[in-house]
This record gives sequence, C-alpha cells and structure tokens, in this order.
Amino acid sequence: MSRPLSGAQTLLQGLGATLLDKLAAFGRGFLLMLSLVVAMPAAVLRVDLLFKQVYVTGVLSLPIILTAGLFVGMVLSLQGYNILVDFNAEEAVGSMTALSLLRELGPVVGALLFAGRAGSAMTAEIGLMRSTEQISALEMMAIDPIKFVYAPRFLAAIITLPLLIIMFNALGVFGGYLVSVSWLGVDAGAFWSQMTSQVDWNEDVVNGMIKSVVFAVLVAIIALFQGVNAIPTSEGVSSATTRTVVHSSLGILGFDFILTSIMFN
Amino acid sequence: MEQAETLIEIKNLTFSRGERKIFDDITLSIPKGKVTAIMGPSGSGKTTLLKLIAGQLKPDSGDVFIEGLHVHGLSRKKIYQLRRKMGMLFQSGALLTDLNVFDNVAFPLREHTKLPEEIIYALVLMKLQAVGLRGAKTLMPSELSGGMSRRVALARGIALDPEMIFYDEPFVGQDPITKGVLVKLIQTLNDSLGLTSVLVSHDVDEVLEIADYICVISEGKLIAEGSKEVLLQESTGYVHQFLNGLPDGPVPFHFSKAPYSEDLKYG
Repeated sequence: MSRPLSGAQTLLQGLGATLLDKLAAFGRGFLLMLSLVVAMPAAVLRVDLLFKQVYVTGVLSLPIILTAGLFVGMVLSLQGYNILVDFNAEEAVGSMTALSLLRELGPVVGALLFAGRAGSAMTAEIGLMRSTEQISALEMMAIDPIKFVYAPRFLAAIITLPLLIIMFNALGVFGGYLVSVSWLGVDAGAFWSQMTSQVDWNEDVVNGMIKSVVFAVLVAIIALFQGVNAIPTSEGVSSATTRTVVHSSLGILGFDFILTSIMFN
Repeated sequence: MEQAETLIEIKNLTFSRGERKIFDDITLSIPKGKVTAIMGPSGSGKTTLLKLIAGQLKPDSGDVFIEGLHVHGLSRKKIYQLRRKMGMLFQSGALLTDLNVFDNVAFPLREHTKLPEEIIYALVLMKLQAVGLRGAKTLMPSELSGGMSRRVALARGIALDPEMIFYDEPFVGQDPITKGVLVKLIQTLNDSLGLTSVLVSHDVDEVLEIADYICVISEGKLIAEGSKEVLLQESTGYVHQFLNGLPDGPVPFHFSKAPYSEDLKYG
C-alpha cells in the first residue's frame, strides 16, 4: 500500500479524474455524431420515421414558438419605439425589430425554446426506451437503434428548427407591426420601407439561418447523447433531461457569441 | 443423457462491472433443441450472461461460440445477421410503446422482409394465435397485463422463426395461472418449432418442470450443471439449499456479524 494522500493530492486526483471523465464524454459524443452522420442516408430513405419525428419535434413545437415569436416582436418594438421616439426616428422601429430578430433573437430564443420543448422530450423518450429495454430489444431484433431511433430524430431536428425559426421571425415582425403601427401610430409605409431597405439577404437572413442550423445540430446531439447515456432509472432519466436543457442552453449562448463575432465583425 | 449437438458454447468467460467480477472463468455448453435453464440468485448476472451470448456486451476475456461462430470477433453487420436467428423475451416484454399489439409483432417482419402486407397479416395472426392473444391484436401495450405483454413479446420473438430463443426471467412477478401459461408456451414452442431455448430464472418449480438441462451459477462461478434428476440428488451444499429454498445453509441466514455478547455490551 502507498502512504495516505494529502488533501492537496486528493484534490488534484479528483480534478484529474473529472477532467478525464469529461474528455471521455466528449469522445463518446463525437463518436455518436460520426455514427449519426454515417447513418444519414439511411435516415433520409426512411421517410415514414422521418415524417413522424418532424411532426413530433416540429409541428408540436409550433404553438410555443409562434406565441413566443409574437410576444418577443411586440416587446422589441415597444422598447425600440420608446427609445427611438426621443430622436424622432420612430420609423426605424421596423428595421430594428427585423434586424434584432433575424440576427440574434430569432435563432437564440427559438433554439432555447426548442431545447426545452423538443430536446428534453427527446432525451426523456430515449432514456425511457433504454430503461424499458426497448433499445436492447431492437438490437436483439437485429435493428440498429442508430438508424431506427437516433438518426431520424437528429435529421428531424435539423430540418425543423430552421423552419421554426423562420416562423418565429415572421410572427415577431408581425407582432412588431401590431404594436408600432396599429397601436403606437408609426406610419405603415415607413415601417415596411425602412425594414426592406435595411435588411440584407446574405448578411442578415442567411447568417441567421446558418446559426439556426448550428443550434439544431447542437441541441439534437446533446439531447441524443444525454438520452443514450442516461442511467436507466427514473432519477437518471430526469437528471439527464435537466442536463439536456442546461447544456444546450449554455451551448446555444456560447456558440451564438462565436458565430456573431465571425459573421458580423 | 445422450450427447446432444452443441449450439452455444461458452469458454472461460470472465466479465466484470467496475470492481465487481460478475463471471469468473465460466465454461458451459448449451445443447441444440433442448430447454436449458441457467439458474442463480438475484444479482448473479443471469441477464448479463444472455447479453454476453447475444453480443450486446463484450467479455473481459473468454469466448462465446454460436454454431461455431466466434460472437465477439464478428463485425457489427455479421452480429446483426446472427441475431436474426435469435429471439429474446425481455423481463418487461420491451414492447415498442407507440405501436399496438399487431404492429409490435409485425415489426420485425416489416423491417427484415419484403413480404406483402396480406402475408404479414396472416403470419402475425398465426403468431398471436400461438400465444393465445389473437383477440388482443388492436390493444396498445399500456392496456396489457404483465403476463400478456410477455406473451406478445414472445409472439414478436418468434415472428422471424428463430433457431434459438432466450428468456430473461419469464416467470418473475407473474400469478400462478400466467406462470402455467408461460411454462406451457415455452415447452410447446420449443418442441413444435424445434427451437433451442435458454432460460434464465430463479423460479425453481417452473424451471424443474420444463428444463432438460440446468446450470447453476453463484458468485460468478458455475457450481453445478446436469439434468434435474442429477441436481435433485444433491443432499447438501448450495445447490440443495437453492433448489429447496432453505433459509439457512452455505448461504447463511444472518448477515456477517459480531458475536452477540460483543454487540449487547454497548446496548
């Protein structure tokens, strides 16, 4: 037996062990992503499975995305109007709302809501499928769960999140119109013409869409990883679901900063 | 007992989870066309053994051969091919919860064959008839009792006419009637379809009723194997205690403890 370790040594040991664990988890996550990419052609061909997942992740997320989009747009233009009116520039409220939504708030808030609504459901479902041995049963029936369960969900997230974010933005702009034009009396012509002249297709719309695809990959991979690695008990599944929401939210915000600094600098 | 052909051969298998050694150098062979039972107390890793045989888990050392194929040396594709010859009944049934009974049984047929829907329909009804649940074909898994789920899972397990079928604790938590039904089903399916059945269980009465060959595992070791007549002849030792359900014996009734006099001193 070696001699007992000092406090500092145990601390160092614990730190090292945690670091190794995290590195191993990153490795497993990367391998999962690779196997998902390899399984993509199979997922595209299984239209029935893909449609179901597009419905579950996309269509069922619509109510929350649309409502949130409307309110975010309304609040944005209300705040914007109150500031801009002091400079007699309240016509700019349309372009300000649209730019904020397209560049930042649409992708970020949409993805955060998506993580809470669809990501958590994905983790919980896969965790429970594991704890009720459904995944093992698939393997025993010679059906690859990566192709049958994980890949369709991954692809569905990549398809639906950008579409959801487009709708979020559209409803946001409509909410901004309601508040500034219908309520606060900004001229409708100025509202739209300022918006169309300020918003650039590549700079704003395409960049926002690129962000939303990146966030979709991020949320889906975190949700699947947490589901696959959840401890198959009720406690394990619940903490995995929590981790999905926390990790993807932080991931979205972090990646948003990186992407913004690349795109708009 | 005449020497039957061996289907599954396990050689010097060792497997551990963390620090705990679950199997320590186990060697056994499972004869073709028979019902073989693997018995042992709860937590002795019986389910793990099935997963090792089916290639879902990798052993630390040792080999598993099925029909002469080295399971853990096979590619992923080959393992999946091999699994088409296997059926497995999980403890919980493990039905896909978003499909009804009919679709659950049809699932492996639809995934692995290109049969027209009418033939699948006929096949599924036949399989459901065999387990006595043709009338339940439209029910969802949540509407089934535990015993019924297992029977549906059994119908699904035999949908592709496997050569071998594994039962993971089929009798646990079932009422006497369901147990009787399952015993009859396992027996009939084995004989009529010419299957090789491997059963892990600790329900002594049911196992003794159907098993042709019994292996007893305890603390990671294979401690006895043979036909039930051979095992029942043992009058001492662990096998005797296990098969007769005696409270005291090689596995003591009392958890390891200090002498009474010591403990009482501080009372």
